[in-house]
Amino acid sequence: MNLDEFVNLYEKHKKRPSKKDAIDILTKDEITEVDYIKLLNCYDLDVLEVAARKAKDITERYFGKNIFLYAPLYISNFCSSGCIYCGYSCFNKIKRKRLNINEIEDEMKALKKKGFQTILILTGEDNTKEGFNHLKDAVRFARRYFSEVLIETSPLTLEGYMELVNEGLTGVTLYQETYDLDTYKKVHLLGKKRDFKARLCAIERAIEAGVREVNIGCLLGLCSDYLKDVFLLSMHAMYLLKKYSKVELSISFPRIRPFKGMKFNYTEVSDLELVKFIVYTRLFLKSVGINISTRERSDLRDNLIGLGVTKMSAESKTSVGGYSKEGHSFEQFEVSDKRSLDEIIKVIRSKGYNAEFTNWVMI
Amino acid sequence: MCLVLGGKRIKSRLFVGTGKLPNYELIKDIIKEADIDVVTVAVRRVSKDSTRENILDYIPKDTIIMVNTSGARDHKEAIKIALIGRELTNSNWVKVEIEADTKYLLPDNEETIKACQVLVKEGFKVFPYISPDLIVSKKLEDIGVCAVMPLGAPIGTNKGLVAKELLKTIINEVKIPVIVDAGIGRPSHAAEAMELGAEACLINTAIATAKDPINMAKAFKMAIDAGRRAYEIGILKEKEYADASSPLTGFLRGV
Repeated sequence: MNLDEFVNLYEKHKKRPSKKDAIDILTKDEITEVDYIKLLNCYDLDVLEVAARKAKDITERYFGKNIFLYAPLYISNFCSSGCIYCGYSCFNKIKRKRLNINEIEDEMKALKKKGFQTILILTGEDNTKEGFNHLKDAVRFARRYFSEVLIETSPLTLEGYMELVNEGLTGVTLYQETYDLDTYKKVHLLGKKRDFKARLCAIERAIEAGVREVNIGCLLGLCSDYLKDVFLLSMHAMYLLKKYSKVELSISFPRIRPFKGMKFNYTEVSDLELVKFIVYTRLFLKSVGINISTRERSDLRDNLIGLGVTKMSAESKTSVGGYSKEGHSFEQFEVSDKRSLDEIIKVIRSKGYNAEFTNWVMI
Repeated sequence: MCLVLGGKRIKSRLFVGTGKLPNYELIKDIIKEADIDVVTVAVRRVSKDSTRENILDYIPKDTIIMVNTSGARDHKEAIKIALIGRELTNSNWVKVEIEADTKYLLPDNEETIKACQVLVKEGFKVFPYISPDLIVSKKLEDIGVCAVMPLGAPIGTNKGLVAKELLKTIINEVKIPVIVDAGIGRPSHAAEAMELGAEACLINTAIATAKDPINMAKAFKMAIDAGRRAYEIGILKEKEYADASSPLTGFLRGV
């Protein structure tokens, strides 16, 4: 992926379009990269309303009236990277915990009992052999309980991903955090995560290892030019779609959430900006899933149903061991939408959508 | 005339997909109100042990379930999914759907043929979803599938029979039933497919995402019945000149 080429394209076209230009773009069946840049730079609410209606139609065409629900499961907060925006950073003096296999099974049973069939297993950036074996055990156990097993961990080797696919891994989430190289260097102070290019290429190893689903994203607010970040994220997605046509791809636009002891000034990204990103990205990347987590407020999440979002986490705990033992350890970030799964299902239904728990059968 | 498929007499030529509906309760109502005999169910949406609702609980016992292998990326995955689907539903009707392209959702005909070869031998009643290709259809007919299900247009596009000329070649040349699957957005599209000689239509998005799915299903049912009846009577050919209903030269023949 030639990032410089897309950066240049963005810089060349990043001016605010006229209302007429923006509406003309919305009449097209397929919008180009330049059209997408123009829309990202458009702040006209009338244009956004027209686009939102189109985004809704496109989303229903590709995904039906479904919202897929999943749960994150933090199994370890050991971390060898120093990322200034993350509660798990090795610079942050917190109690470190790696769940043993019995504890992992307790957590999985608790999630299964609630009805979840899709699980996202998370760890800190732990590159040790011990950490990998721990992850491998967790994936093996997860296969017994869930139809879809995804991980969000430090990047693995091709062989590492293959080992996990053999154990039942179906998907990988890996965020680049920011596609702006200068910002990337400033916020990743220590550890393997400092290597921008290595991280950018890692998701392709997961696909080549045989996972059926990948989720990429950038942490909005890290880079002050977050429009550029969103554009480059979509270019990354487009590149993956063209190269790996069989993989199910989804993207996330998480906004930075505070954590205890946070000493980092980030750029605020407004609700309007987030809605713009979801709606205009849906017009540009019609078949790509869009994921919204519990880091967003409940009222906002409710309003995003029907605007392009296809996946949501629900009743999430971001602490290690949080499901079976309340308040077990330090949270990676503060959850905003603290509602129960049943409450979220009720809202999804009231909006005329079906809450689905899996899109795959473990074979 | 009644349609016979997989050894069963089918009254309704409207087959309905269940994957995109806003709730499962609608399935039961659509089946009842539009008098549906066959529904497709994606195996990946069937719960083995969910504590939540199970789609199968909403399908009446006398409805034929055609399990769907959607999500399969190759023939090996499709075969495994079909086997799991048969176990979960007790139905040996399978729609073989293998998509190798997540952007346009187009089926992989080559992998579909491979899957059908195995599934026919495994005793399934096989209904392959394909891009409209006569040669592929003939190969599938030779393998022993029950019908071929070519797309009218890419899934969910609601564009109708954009592949009309290709569909006609299949309808004209294969002896097994042709069921038009995907791309049909309006009842008139379905009627057009039936007038061409399709034996049935499978509709999902156009019903599931309609404001009133039950009444839209009924509208499709009427269109399909009308198109089929017209086909059986014999559709009149279009002409470039007027053809008076009272012959102008009838007097010469004593009319």
